[in-house]
Amino acid sequence: MPLPASAMHLILGVVLLWLALGLAGVLFPHNLNLVSRLLFPAGAIGALVLAAAALDALSGEAQSLVLPLGLPGLPFHLRLDALSAFFLLLLGAVTAGISLFAAGYFRRGEGTPPGLQCLYYHVFIASMTLVLLADDAYAFMVFWETMALSSYFLVTSDHTKAEIRRAGFLYLLIAHVGAISILLCFGLLHGTGDYTFENMREVQLAPFWATIAFAMALFGFGAKAGMLPLHVWLPEAHPAAPSPVSALMSAVMLKTAIYGLLRVLFDLLHIQVWWWGVVILVLGLATALYGVVFSAVQSDMKRLLAYSSIENIGFILVGVGLTVIFQSYGMRSLAALALTATLYHCINHAYFKSLLFLATGSVLHATHERALGKLGGLIHRMPWVAWLALVGTLAIAGLPPLNGFVSEWLLLQAFLFTPNLPHPYLNMLIPVAAAAVALAAALAGYVMVKFYGVVFLGQPREERLAEAHDAGLRERAGLIWLAAGCVALGVAPVAVIGVIDNVTGALLGKTLGASATGWMFLTPISPARASYAPLLFLLVILAVWLATWLAVRSFYHGRVRRAPPWDCGFPAQNARMQDSAEGFGQPIRQVFEPFFRMQRELPTPFDATPRYRVTVEDHLWYWLYLPLAKVTEAVTRVVTLLQRGRISVYLMYSFVTLLILLLFVR
Amino acid sequence: MISWSGLVAQLTEILLAVLLAPVLQGWVNQCRAWMQNKSGPGILQPYRTLRKLFAKEAVLAHNASPLFRATPYVLFACMVLAAAIVPILGTDLPFSPAADAIALVGIFALARVFISLAAMDIGTAFGSLGARREMMVGFLAEPALLMSLFTASLISHSTSLATIVQHLTQAHFVIYPSLAFAGVAFTMVSLAENARIPVDNPSTHLELTMIHEAMVLEYSGRHLALIELSAALKLFVYSCIGIALFFPFGIAEGGDALGLVLALPALVAKLAVGGFAMALIEMLSAKMRIFRAPEYLGTAFLLAVLAMLIHFLLET
Repeated sequence: MPLPASAMHLILGVVLLWLALGLAGVLFPHNLNLVSRLLFPAGAIGALVLAAAALDALSGEAQSLVLPLGLPGLPFHLRLDALSAFFLLLLGAVTAGISLFAAGYFRRGEGTPPGLQCLYYHVFIASMTLVLLADDAYAFMVFWETMALSSYFLVTSDHTKAEIRRAGFLYLLIAHVGAISILLCFGLLHGTGDYTFENMREVQLAPFWATIAFAMALFGFGAKAGMLPLHVWLPEAHPAAPSPVSALMSAVMLKTAIYGLLRVLFDLLHIQVWWWGVVILVLGLATALYGVVFSAVQSDMKRLLAYSSIENIGFILVGVGLTVIFQSYGMRSLAALALTATLYHCINHAYFKSLLFLATGSVLHATHERALGKLGGLIHRMPWVAWLALVGTLAIAGLPPLNGFVSEWLLLQAFLFTPNLPHPYLNMLIPVAAAAVALAAALAGYVMVKFYGVVFLGQPREERLAEAHDAGLRERAGLIWLAAGCVALGVAPVAVIGVIDNVTGALLGKTLGASATGWMFLTPISPARASYAPLLFLLVILAVWLATWLAVRSFYHGRVRRAPPWDCGFPAQNARMQDSAEGFGQPIRQVFEPFFRMQRELPTPFDATPRYRVTVEDHLWYWLYLPLAKVTEAVTRVVTLLQRGRISVYLMYSFVTLLILLLFVR
Repeated sequence: MISWSGLVAQLTEILLAVLLAPVLQGWVNQCRAWMQNKSGPGILQPYRTLRKLFAKEAVLAHNASPLFRATPYVLFACMVLAAAIVPILGTDLPFSPAADAIALVGIFALARVFISLAAMDIGTAFGSLGARREMMVGFLAEPALLMSLFTASLISHSTSLATIVQHLTQAHFVIYPSLAFAGVAFTMVSLAENARIPVDNPSTHLELTMIHEAMVLEYSGRHLALIELSAALKLFVYSCIGIALFFPFGIAEGGDALGLVLALPALVAKLAVGGFAMALIEMLSAKMRIFRAPEYLGTAFLLAVLAMLIHFLLET
């Protein structure tokens, strides 16, 4: 179906719509009805339109546009090519679900008034859209900063709490350190020409400077993505933000960083060096393992999910690293396989992580509780949320036939089909890396069983959970949209890869033929090497289920008797005897002890009021960040010598500076 | 693409797997009884247990959710699917393009996650204890299993189990050192995954040591019967994977009818020897403390990774 206008114009129209919705929210900041019944649903429709336009643009030619905005002589250049279109598709499709959920989520009396939330929210998604469209460094940085600032306001929406302000500050700090690095990277890339990406594509940098530019880009975008060791803001900022915002940040904002990295690596830089790929691969593996191990010991449900985001970013970086390695050796079809796995995982993570973050939002509203140790048994009270969250849980655990498995499968295939890289040490590295990926993926299963089991299953650990209510209609609709996406992405990989092929073709000059034997069978490279048919998989499971059910009922019976659970001869059992979150994570704490900085307080047998306390912290915080903070403080103390707090002194500084400058100019 | 003869062969294989699985379990138990100087209940005892359980009414805890009731069926369906893609008698399996070796590991993971969730559903101390331990065994066993399967796929340049087996049967007299390592790792993993000594003890109900039994404590009647049947089927499928990867001789290639007929006695003989060996391992080793299990599984994992490294060092 042809679109009524060009995709670029449609997308800009949606951006304008979002800004208008935000402004409407500011005009009536306390009118919850307007915000939740009109503005957010309209934003969701806009997101759908944007997704459709992006899908249309994916297969078409790149479209450019110069907006006469910004500084004189520095207009905003916009460009919609396959890579941008793919990430816009991700943004639109996921934001539609999140906005729908947000329509039912924001309340009065929870920090920032709903109208203002509406403004920040829509500015945030509009700026992310423009980041993906930007075609010059100036526009990119402006939108990038708008994105960081608007999300900062969203993170600190409950700003009366000190710890939330602290989380917001940490987020803003690392965002800006990263932004400086990105700015420097663009400074290197532009050579002697102007700052448009078009010029940067033409510039031929010397390998040394290209490597510096690569390092800057990796640092800057890695800081935004939550790559080790720049991940510390992530587990603080995600739990602090309202759930739809956590979902948006985790699902979309982290992906804009991946987009930036891909843009610099495969579009702006004209060469790829194999060891860049190794660096990304190793950092990705470290990030994935670190994230998943930490997520297993968390006792706050949103922190757990935030660490799991770090893990997934690790997987994505592993894919990027493999792509660079293959591409640098000219193994194009393998590079296409690795890049497909990467992009597939981006969209998968966007779907299941936003689904789970939103589900925690519903739980939070129903119970006012984020600590896993005070939840439990919610599948009886909140069946909608629980069953939809189950889909997300299975998907994120990487289980077939849902979507998380497909990208893991593709990634492992990319490892396995690494036949003979011309570098002997790399050949050694690949199996070890594959083993680490497999370990992290298996640990993700552990984490998700903990998450789902403790929150939704078992008996309620607190009395007041009995009053928990299920999510409202708009919240449910948002969750259903995302859960349906998880299933669809899982069972129709061939169609999805057909879409991704546009991007791999544009970036690498080679596409991955998703299937040689029909739409049902996913057979990258060749059918004899590997094939996977999730739909058949699902059908067999359902058919056997149904057949067994019918057979058991017709040959035997379907009688059921309800009774109290078996108490092992000890009748005083209560809900506190279930595994707590700490208890469930205990094996991981023991097996991966060197990862953690742990402090235990154990009661003696004679304590009348025994207290058991364990705190698990991040070594990196103590090894890297606190020393850095100390150094910064020392430097600032020297700098404060200049600051006397008197205007006359400052005027004198200005005067002296002016004099010195005049001397130079002469 | 799917031929009728292939479909018939496929369904026969699945049926055979479901029918033979309890017998294999009975055989292992019988061997163990003999080694302990007991007469043993006979190899058909699992069938009698199943019949008894199916006929009994199912007792459910008051707060059991639908997830709890659905899990036995999901578990059974997973194991049937696993049996469908492992070359048990022949390599011509119409279902085998549906899932390869990685997806096979995924099926086992799916089953494990479901049973662990079901164990946490009632909210008893035992259930969550079992779930936690099962996931602890799982997170190390799963990558180890994946790595040993990877070694075989690297040798045959395919992750499709049917192709792997075809490749290995054709390479009659080639000895792959990497497969030896992978074989040891696989054996260690299959003991752990099937809740056998030294990681778990299938015949205990002592709370300090239970893993699998702790998880299924709340199940009864037909649900328990399905879980027992799935456990038997899992043991059978694991044995068949071991046979297919490390002793593939005798498995019919393609849709060769005579080969299929001859493959059955070969399979039964191999399973009988394998079951005896498993009983012997169980007899000779002691159950280890639960926190020694990560060491044991870590060893298996490292052996499997070593197998892959050896493949890259020596065989390419």
